[in-house]
Amino acid sequence: MSVWNEFPALSRETLVEMRKSLDNAYRGFTREYGESIEAFFDPLLQFLIAFEKLLLSTPWWIVLAVIVGLTFAATRSRKLSVGVLVSLIVIGLLGMWEDTMSTLSIITVSTLVAIALGVPVGIAMATSNRFQSFATPVLDVMQTMPAFVYLIPVVMLLGIGKVPGLIAVVIYAIPPVIRLTNLGIRLVDREVLEAADAYGVTRWQRLFQVQLPLAMPNIMAGINQTIMMALAMVVIASMIGVAGLGQQVLRSINNQYFALGLLNGSAIVLLAIVFDRVSQAYAKRSQAHLRGPGSE
Amino acid sequence: MSENNVLIEVKDLYKVFGPTPEKVLPQVREGISKDQLFRETGHTIGLKNINMEIREGEVFVIMGLSGSGKSTLIRHFNRLIEPTSGSLLIEGTDVLSLNAKTLQEFRRRHVSMVFQHFGLMPHMSVLDNVCFGLKAQGVDKNDREARGRQWLRDVGLEGYDTQYPVQLSGGQQQRVGLARALCTDAPVLLMDEAFSALDPLIRSQMQDQMIELQEKLHKTIVFITHDLDEALRIGDRIAILKDGEVVQIGTPREILLEPADDYVESFVQDVNRARALTVETVMKPARDRITATTIGAALEYMKKASVDFAFVESKEGYIGSVLKEELEEAVAADAKVSDPLVPEYISSEASVEESAPIESILTEALQSPHPLPVVDDTGNLEGVISRNKLAQLFQAPDEEKPDRA
Repeated sequence: MSVWNEFPALSRETLVEMRKSLDNAYRGFTREYGESIEAFFDPLLQFLIAFEKLLLSTPWWIVLAVIVGLTFAATRSRKLSVGVLVSLIVIGLLGMWEDTMSTLSIITVSTLVAIALGVPVGIAMATSNRFQSFATPVLDVMQTMPAFVYLIPVVMLLGIGKVPGLIAVVIYAIPPVIRLTNLGIRLVDREVLEAADAYGVTRWQRLFQVQLPLAMPNIMAGINQTIMMALAMVVIASMIGVAGLGQQVLRSINNQYFALGLLNGSAIVLLAIVFDRVSQAYAKRSQAHLRGPGSE
Repeated sequence: MSENNVLIEVKDLYKVFGPTPEKVLPQVREGISKDQLFRETGHTIGLKNINMEIREGEVFVIMGLSGSGKSTLIRHFNRLIEPTSGSLLIEGTDVLSLNAKTLQEFRRRHVSMVFQHFGLMPHMSVLDNVCFGLKAQGVDKNDREARGRQWLRDVGLEGYDTQYPVQLSGGQQQRVGLARALCTDAPVLLMDEAFSALDPLIRSQMQDQMIELQEKLHKTIVFITHDLDEALRIGDRIAILKDGEVVQIGTPREILLEPADDYVESFVQDVNRARALTVETVMKPARDRITATTIGAALEYMKKASVDFAFVESKEGYIGSVLKEELEEAVAADAKVSDPLVPEYISSEASVEESAPIESILTEALQSPHPLPVVDDTGNLEGVISRNKLAQLFQAPDEEKPDRA
């Protein structure tokens, strides 16, 4: 056997040894810090549970009215509000109301977490070129690494349940909001920033009065993408115990229930469309002044 | 104007762009050429040995082509760009010694700026844009909006408060930019090619408006432009910048009539001098001024001085001109030499005002057989414009030189 025919890999024992030591090291870390990390995420868990309970224990017609009301308040579009109403009624009639509420709650919470973490990180990337060159490859890895792979350490650390599911969803869904916050702030017109500086604004005034408002269209696009990716992650997250539509999809894969899978899959799609249209219509409406005359 | 205090003083200002500007500064001081410096070290000279004094209440124009460093220079006045070395005093404040906090305060109160592409906040209403500086100063909402509305009225945009910048034309947007700058009550106004992005008609309207506002406000204005006509029109003094160096500083008249070198000369060649210069810049002192009250006294003076006309003045000021020929004819007919010099002998029509552009008096001056008298706004005789002098003005510069000697 020549090294030219077969790739000269390291010996089997070495490889096993390497994996074992890495696994052991991580396991050691888990044993040492697992509990305190779990304690750290406890408030998040409580919030998640409370929010899900709220959605599930409130009578369905109130939840429906609130969602449609929010849609109308955000978009001022009757057509869209009626569309949302019809979608939710269809989901309810087909017996998926409770699962949809669970999914809705985890999507809402993970989107909020993604925004709360992603926007500041995006701002930091826009402020520092050095941080940007460090963060960009990390984001690339987060987006390309198969989602199953980072489920493993999360589950090892926190076990199966809502919080690890949430963390997995956030890791998967956060890159767009970070990237587009960074991009949005970097694209703000240089002369506008110069003008703000020339009138003696502080860094915070500049950030909150000029940079963030002007980056808003891009940030909104990032949030929209984040929501879409979070929904796509719902099925995978259900593998580690996140309740909701995803779990039904998973059940139908395991048991080859075609109709069940199709229905729950369609419910996810409907939710996605609702989130997408509502967030886009809201973004468009709030940016109306950036376009020319006659746009309102 | 010239006796006003110096408000802004720029001394030995250098700006070098590149990774280690301090290291190459000695070479720049020794006068290495721009190209050589770039080839050897990768640094670019932005500004080189800039010295200028700007007086309180004047419109100081910095003129140069693109790449001459004029936009870099104006950004030093409020330190949007840091110099490599040199000093800059505004109202006695050493701008370069300010720390972040005091610099902010300085920018809020002492200098304001108008930008080439307006630099308006697209997400804020017109009124919020105008009040932007006041908001940074911490003025409360009612107060700043009242002041903002006042300035909007002054620039002719009353009622546009709630519009957004995109809904306005270019000229209107720059008026908002101007109102924003004036709103902070800063004594120094920096204008970076403020009118260059506007079309010619709007540009000249804005220039008029600025001149009009300046007559009321007496700000110290540093105005950047690449357009010499604009510089001549609005500038009290002009600095010409080339490759980051000052080539000449002077009044419009000095720039036009005494260009410091070939570069300035090539610039001024294309200028419409008849429009750029006013009568007072080319008039000569008036000789042959008489206060005679009789025909005889007037004739006697003209004979003595061997001239064929004279300007008649009284205590109240300039009256008109008399012609020797006409007076002699009158005497030959029936008048006596002791007769008073009554208005029918004096022609008072052909006088011009000292602030009029040459353009507007050109026909008159060329048709008149005698120099035209120039009077100021109180009616005193200030000087004369002769055809000779006008002809010199329009001569091509090359032919003009031998005459000077």
